[in-house]
This record gives sequence, structure tokens and C-alpha cells, in this order.
Amino acid sequence: MSDPLRGVIVSHAAVAEALLTAVAAITGVNDALVPVSNDGCDTGALTERLIRAIDGRPAVLFVDLPGGSCLTSSVRLARGRADVAVVTGVNLAMLLDFVFHRDLTPADAARRAAEAGSRAIRTPAA
Amino acid sequence: MSIALFRIDDRLIHGQVVVGWGKPLNARFIVLVDDGVRASDVEQELYRMGVPPEIEVMFASTTEARQRLPDWERDPRIGILVLGDINTLAALTGNGHGVNRVNVGGLHHRPGRSERLRYVYLTDEEAAQLRALAARGVEVTAQDVPTARPVPLEDFT
Repeated sequence: MSDPLRGVIVSHAAVAEALLTAVAAITGVNDALVPVSNDGCDTGALTERLIRAIDGRPAVLFVDLPGGSCLTSSVRLARGRADVAVVTGVNLAMLLDFVFHRDLTPADAARRAAEAGSRAIRTPAA
Repeated sequence: MSIALFRIDDRLIHGQVVVGWGKPLNARFIVLVDDGVRASDVEQELYRMGVPPEIEVMFASTTEARQRLPDWERDPRIGILVLGDINTLAALTGNGHGVNRVNVGGLHHRPGRSERLRYVYLTDEEAAQLRALAARGVEVTAQDVPTARPVPLEDFT
């Protein structure tokens, strides 16, 4: 059986670390996600952080924004690789779904996570 | 004046540029000057992804930028020009076109550089290049976002 997917949260400032803490608090799962911040990084340094976070395993990169340094470094790293996929607009809902569905391919897990994250965005009547 | 911000930032187009500066300036175009990005459609698409549709993004090589800068400066819209290193800036400002203010927005750690500010790392040679620009009358300050205090060149070189 292949390794379960690793999720790497790629964010500005401490968003990634905070999301990781929230996922662990809600699910008790604390070995599925790795936080990466772009603090103090040019694109080359951020790519090195991502490589260390992935650690040679199949992975999904959960990026905070659909543009900017977190995205550009992530997409460059995933380009041409079947073992790494990228999702943008990371939110807590998509991570909660992901940690329990880590036996998919990276591309399928990314699609599933995007759908779970999208479903969480609503405007409930007050 | 239509290019309101000349910025050195090794992350090129990213959140601080598009949102942090672009919103308060009401920027309507961004010029990215980088030979590598200019040569790659894939890289250009990556940088476009971070920019809302109401802001036009243009890509230029250093040579193209030297030629087109007067046109961008005549553009009635407000623009931002961003480039990733001091050599590119020196090539542009050597054209006698009158860049009079430069914003150092982000130059990060690399071998040979030392920390000057939290978001500015420079080699001694790069610091000297900036001082040479200032000696030619260019106002060089460091400022990552508009709400931060502009740091004069003499305080970080």
C-alpha cells in the first residue's frame, strides 16, 4: 500500500500554522498536514521549504490565495509531477475533509478538497 | 505621472503589490520587468493569476522596458512597475528617463547577503549600487507596505 497523502498548507504569515492547530483540535489527526509560511522568503527559498515539507511523499499543496508567491512556488514545484497537486483558497473545511481521505491520488484528493471547501462558503440567513 | 510606484521585489507580482499598494494607489496596470518571465508563457500565466481582471498586466524584458518606459509614463492610468533585482533597476535607470523614486519592497536572504531590514537583505555590492543610484538623484527608500514607515537609504545600507 502506498503512503497516505501528505497535505502541505502554504500561506502568508501564520495562517498555515493556525489551520494545522485547528485541524488537530477538531479531529485529533496531527500527522497529515505540514505548515509552510512564506515569511522572509523569495521564491527560491519558499520552494526549498516546500521540498522539505513534502519530503519525497505524494502530496497536496493547499495554498491560501489563487495568486502570489505561495501559488507561484507551489505550481512550479508541482508542474509535470503526478505525485503533487495544488489547491488554492485553503479553508478549514477542506482540510477537515482531506485528513480523512488521504488514500486518493493527489489530483483526486485536490478535486475533492476543492469541492469540500467550496461547499463551506455560504451566506446563511441571520 | 502614471507609474506611481517603481518597486524592487524578488517575489515580483504578489499580494503586497496587488492589494497592499494596488488598492490605495488605484492602480490599473502593472508592468513586470524580468527577462525570464518575459520569455515564458507559463510563468506569465502564473503571475496573471494573482491579479484581478480590472488591472492590466504587461510583461517586458529589460531591453523592452528601457524602450517602452516613456509610453508607460504617459499612460493616463496609474501603474506599478515591479522588477526583481538591483541590476535590472540599474539597467533601467541608466537610460536617462527620469525615474526619481524607487521603492525597495522585498529582497530576501541569499548567500552573500546580510540582513538590513526584516525584508531587505543586500550584499555590500548591492548596497553600493543603491547608494550610487541615490547619488544620481534617485530617492531610494525601503517600505514593504504603504502603511509602514518609509526607511531612508542611509538607514539600511
